[in-house]
Amino acid sequence: MAILPPGVSQQQFDTAIDRLKSVVGEEWVFTSDADIHAYRDHFSYIKDQPNELIPCAAVGPDSVEQVQAIVRIANEFRIPLYSISTGKNFAYGGPSPNVRGSLTVDLKRMDRVLEVDDKRNFALVEPGVSYIDLYNYIQERGLKVWVDTPDPGWGSPIGNALDHGIGYTLGPYRDHFSAHCGMEVVLPDGEILRTGMGAMPASDSWQEYKHGFGPDPAGLFGQGNFGIVTKMGFRLMPQPEHWRNGLVTVPRRQDFIAMVDTVNYLTDLGMIGEPWYSGGLQALMSNTEFAEAANAFNEEEMDRQALAAGLPSWRVELQFYGSEGTTLANWEYAKELMTRNIPGVQFTDGESLPVPLTDEQIQKSSTSYESVMRRNITQGRPGLGIWYMTGRTDFDPNAWNETHIGLFSLVGRSGEAVFKAQRDFADISRRLEMPGFFPNALAVPVNWYQNSFLMGNGFGAAKGNSPQQKKDATKLLRRLLEENAKLGYGDYRAPPILQDDVADQYSFNNNILRRFNEKLKNAIDPNGIISPGRAGIWPEAYADLRGALRED
Amino acid sequence: MKTSMNKLFRQVFLGLTLVASTQIAIAQDSEAVARGKAKFDHSCAPCHGKGAGDDGREMLPGTYSLKIKYGDTMPAALEDRTDLTSEVISVFVRMGAWSMPPFRKTELSDKEIDDIAAYLAVSSRK
Ligand SMILES: Cc1cc2nc3c(=O)[nH]c(=O)nc-3n(C[C@H](O)[C@H](O)[C@H](O)COP(=O)(O)OP(=O)(O)OC[C@H]3O[C@@H](n4cnc5c(N)ncnc54)[C@H](O)[C@@H]3O)c2cc1C
Ligand code: HEC
Repeated sequence: MAILPPGVSQQQFDTAIDRLKSVVGEEWVFTSDADIHAYRDHFSYIKDQPNELIPCAAVGPDSVEQVQAIVRIANEFRIPLYSISTGKNFAYGGPSPNVRGSLTVDLKRMDRVLEVDDKRNFALVEPGVSYIDLYNYIQERGLKVWVDTPDPGWGSPIGNALDHGIGYTLGPYRDHFSAHCGMEVVLPDGEILRTGMGAMPASDSWQEYKHGFGPDPAGLFGQGNFGIVTKMGFRLMPQPEHWRNGLVTVPRRQDFIAMVDTVNYLTDLGMIGEPWYSGGLQALMSNTEFAEAANAFNEEEMDRQALAAGLPSWRVELQFYGSEGTTLANWEYAKELMTRNIPGVQFTDGESLPVPLTDEQIQKSSTSYESVMRRNITQGRPGLGIWYMTGRTDFDPNAWNETHIGLFSLVGRSGEAVFKAQRDFADISRRLEMPGFFPNALAVPVNWYQNSFLMGNGFGAAKGNSPQQKKDATKLLRRLLEENAKLGYGDYRAPPILQDDVADQYSFNNNILRRFNEKLKNAIDPNGIISPGRAGIWPEAYADLRGALRED
Repeated sequence: MKTSMNKLFRQVFLGLTLVASTQIAIAQDSEAVARGKAKFDHSCAPCHGKGAGDDGREMLPGTYSLKIKYGDTMPAALEDRTDLTSEVISVFVRMGAWSMPPFRKTELSDKEIDDIAAYLAVSSRK
């Protein structure tokens, strides 16, 4: 055992471990290097470096009472805790803590589905319940509700929502934190808090009205470090009877503006599921003349070549949930609006299928156009097919693709904002001499969050996989975050190694947001034991660690 | 870290020499096989299953990766392999294997690994 919590002696640590064992049982306290290995970030950018974020030990409670006891022990011995639900936060740090030497509280054993109601459409779950588990529970009982799953299905509604994760069905369900309704939290002093109607002991509405009365502190627990969440309710989408998709294409680059406006209108009226935008001109990038135009944002030339090649400038794939009749009516209405707004717009009908789709229908799209949708996730079917992105490919058998080492930045939900961001990202990349390809006029937004766009940038920052190359890449991403912030592009989420930097982006009024959070933090968690440093919120007890990961 | 890794690798080596005897013993335990299949279906098959990917890709990602790793020298699907004893599986799932992250004991116990081994010892016979 090499790593101790900061400021804790070996003797104190040993005593604390004994106490933890008496709470959860010897079997569920992990101190050997072999056991702790699985609590490291498999894709860490500082793997095997002296500052790698490795816990001192891990503890696996099975009940709320045990979580309370752990929190009390941590206070007594001043041991920083880091809680995980399913611990699959890969690309954002995996299960690893913000502070090296933290004690990981692994909630996986608390894996009970407490309730699913398919008339009132909600679920109440414990942290260890994965999307796959919840889906199986619903299927086994023939309940008529969907889960809105993120791409990898082994994560959990609670863990994913608490990192502001997203899914792929209808807007209100895709934003997993917003779709939560009521939570139970063990506070830093070991007390149990329930939010919303959970605060009223006899209420029957915990999973139906999340505001309760007065300020709702629930937001503090999302990307926060104010407590350990032990139960959470979620609104569930009722299983629709029918699903339909269709493709919209527009000829000119500037048509994107009206396309986005129209899609926003349909989205915010609740008529469509997630729209999947894609560029129509990627195929032309092998033609140097076109590539030059796209890199130089020469719109006239791009339009000319698109027209000559008979290719649309932009595509958006729409999808509809409802009945056969309503999905058709909404698709027809989408066509009518688009036609009114965009000269030359074209439509291709997709498929029209009763729900639930068969495995075959999910796996083999027979849509009459090339679909970019990953259909399983549009149907609330959790799986792990997406893991192909993280490893070997036929093209590169040794690919070790630490996915998501790059940024997803918030961009205004309009065509104009996307055009501006494309230029800004290209410009910043050139200035910072980012390796890899530069963003150009073909970069597309994703509409994961219903009301906002995210655009990837900084991907491919690493020139290679050596420790020095990873260090250089991390530095580059930090500079990118700084430059992006000057132009208003903030990140929605980050691995621990970049959380101080992302927090710095949110600097209005001399970083009042962070100062406010830290004031609360110090009041509620005087010993600073709950996930210190998460989202850049450093309690006084660990304030000297702020920015420590920036040093070499 | 080094010492425990060496220990794990020693276990594999030992494991391989014990393959024949342990596999027969384990295979006879049909309850273990049933438990192992259930755990495999839940925790491993989403990446290592046979057939098309859940998203319409040709294969699931674990199967695909092993196809690339071994080519024709070894079956790509774990359920078609005959060499996966509990000891061998342990090394891979506890250490992680290429893009497969390691599994924690809270999500996959040592006993469950034994069950999976019992299942994988018979699954290739079908
Ligand atoms: C290829 C790939 C694709 C991905 N696609 C998506 C996607 O489509 N959508 C998406 O959202 N993400 C995606 N991710 C990111 C990530 O894998 C998922 O978000 C995953 O669900 C997060 O892991 P988890 O659910 O196990 O959460 P956990 O790892 O359990 O939790 C995440 C964090 O939340 C906090 N936390 C967790 N539980 C508690 C608790 N009980 N109390 C207090 N704090 C807690 C901790 O800080 C923890 O580190 C993807 C990653 C990869 C590699
Ligand atoms: C998220 C996807 C994923 C899950 C879930 C998963 N694996 Fe893997 N596994 C992989 C990948 C990818 C590899 C390929 C490594 C390579 O190509 O070198 C792999 C490799 C392995 C290997 C190594 C085989 C060899 O000969 O190299 C074993 C054994 C294994 N997995 C067992 C399991 C077991 C048992 C489970 C369930 C408890 C499991 N895996 C769950 C993705 C996964």
